Amino acid sequence: MVSEECLYTKTHEWVRIEGELAVVGITDHAQRALGDITFIELPQLHVEVERGKECATIESVKAASDIYAPISGEVFEVNASLEGAPEKINHDPYGEGWIFKLKDYNRNHLSSLLNASAYEAFLESEA
Amino acid sequence: MDVKKTVLYDDHLANSAKMAPFAGFLLPIQYQSIIAEHNATRKAATLFDTCHMGEFRIHHGDALSDLEKLLTCSIRTLEVGRCRYGLMCNPRGGVIDDQIIYRVGENDFFMVVNAATRQDDYIWIGSRLSKNTRIEDISDETAKIDLQGPGSPKIMRKLMDRPIDGMRYFDFAYNQYQGTRVLTSRTGYTGEVGFEIYCDTDLVSKLWNDCLDLGAKPAGLGARDTLRLEMCLPLYGHELSGDRNAAESNLTYCIARDKPFIGSPAVLDESVRRFSLAAIVLESRRAARARDLVLDEAGVEVGVITSGSFSPSLGKGIALGYVLARYNQPGATLKIKTERQELTGTVSDMPFYKHATGRKRLDEFL
Repeated sequence: MVSEECLYTKTHEWVRIEGELAVVGITDHAQRALGDITFIELPQLHVEVERGKECATIESVKAASDIYAPISGEVFEVNASLEGAPEKINHDPYGEGWIFKLKDYNRNHLSSLLNASAYEAFLESEA
Repeated sequence: MDVKKTVLYDDHLANSAKMAPFAGFLLPIQYQSIIAEHNATRKAATLFDTCHMGEFRIHHGDALSDLEKLLTCSIRTLEVGRCRYGLMCNPRGGVIDDQIIYRVGENDFFMVVNAATRQDDYIWIGSRLSKNTRIEDISDETAKIDLQGPGSPKIMRKLMDRPIDGMRYFDFAYNQYQGTRVLTSRTGYTGEVGFEIYCDTDLVSKLWNDCLDLGAKPAGLGARDTLRLEMCLPLYGHELSGDRNAAESNLTYCIARDKPFIGSPAVLDESVRRFSLAAIVLESRRAARARDLVLDEAGVEVGVITSGSFSPSLGKGIALGYVLARYNQPGATLKIKTERQELTGTVSDMPFYKHATGRKRLDEFL
């Protein structure tokens, strides 16, 4: 399942523009591949994240993995409710499972992201 | 290496299993969710495909005294109709495999071993038996499924032609499923009340689907691992290996002190023991993993993690690891250096999960 409203990375993060903010999460494909998510280390507020660099850590029952910033920007808000209930990412990856919001993000970086149909095609090519 | 399929492979695909290779077999890791399968085992009933495991028959000749030499557990005190967990050691006291031995008759035994070690075990045992003792590897024609959880006895009673009521923890019995003989034991690898069922390979798919129709949920290797870890049950290749003295594993209940066995001088010599297996509860949901280093509070390396995961029952990370024996004191604080950061943990008593039903009387569930 992909959301038409989002843009995507090949490392399975999504970005959705909401006014002045860019909301970031991981895709439905990513949460399925990870399985039950048991822990998330959120980025710190107000830090600058850099496109393509690790900015958060996510753990499932089986393993730990990194989340990469899909675009550069300043962390404006994090979804602190995930710390006690990381399973929200499994249940609603594009909604309640959002991970952080960026402000003053680099708009030029958006053009390097995949739209929904390009991401779907990428998933098929990986399969 | 050739990856084999168990006879239940098509049934797993029909249940949307995520399959992965384990011990040379393509096995289900999970169906829907490891945590849901874990919780269903603790609260209801689940079903595991364990057809990959190895089974031997050892009988005639000097089977009893041969097994006394090969295994750490006492065989002569094992009654017919009972089974027992034990280790098989090398002369250095390291562990070749862990197994369960079933006493079928006075001099007639059935042994269940790990899939990955089956061939080596067969050679190790076969070359150490007396001239008239016989061993047969019946793994290929023996299917096995584990029905586990507090809901399992009711399902088992409906499935079996004969009563199951009298079965105690680690009892086994031949029963009949639709007129065909099956071996059933009140054992498992989850801590919960349950049964391991051995049957012919051509029967197992029907039996599997009957269990599901009666309400058991299929569960994969992912849940099997978190369930056994909460109970501090060792996994060969993690807690047990040829290089690690069996005595350090703290499995003292399965190491007889009143008989010689291969490796017993090394296993019973307390002066060679430096490490001991510790149960460690992490302070958060974040998990330690196998091969992470254990440090003391000053940052000095004192051990290594052998298994680690999030514990669905505790809601925290849990781990087993070998630490210098003086650090293995309940309540002691230890640091664990993971790939990403340093975590804090506390040595706990065993098992991690205290409410398992495995040892309870069967009639409480019928």
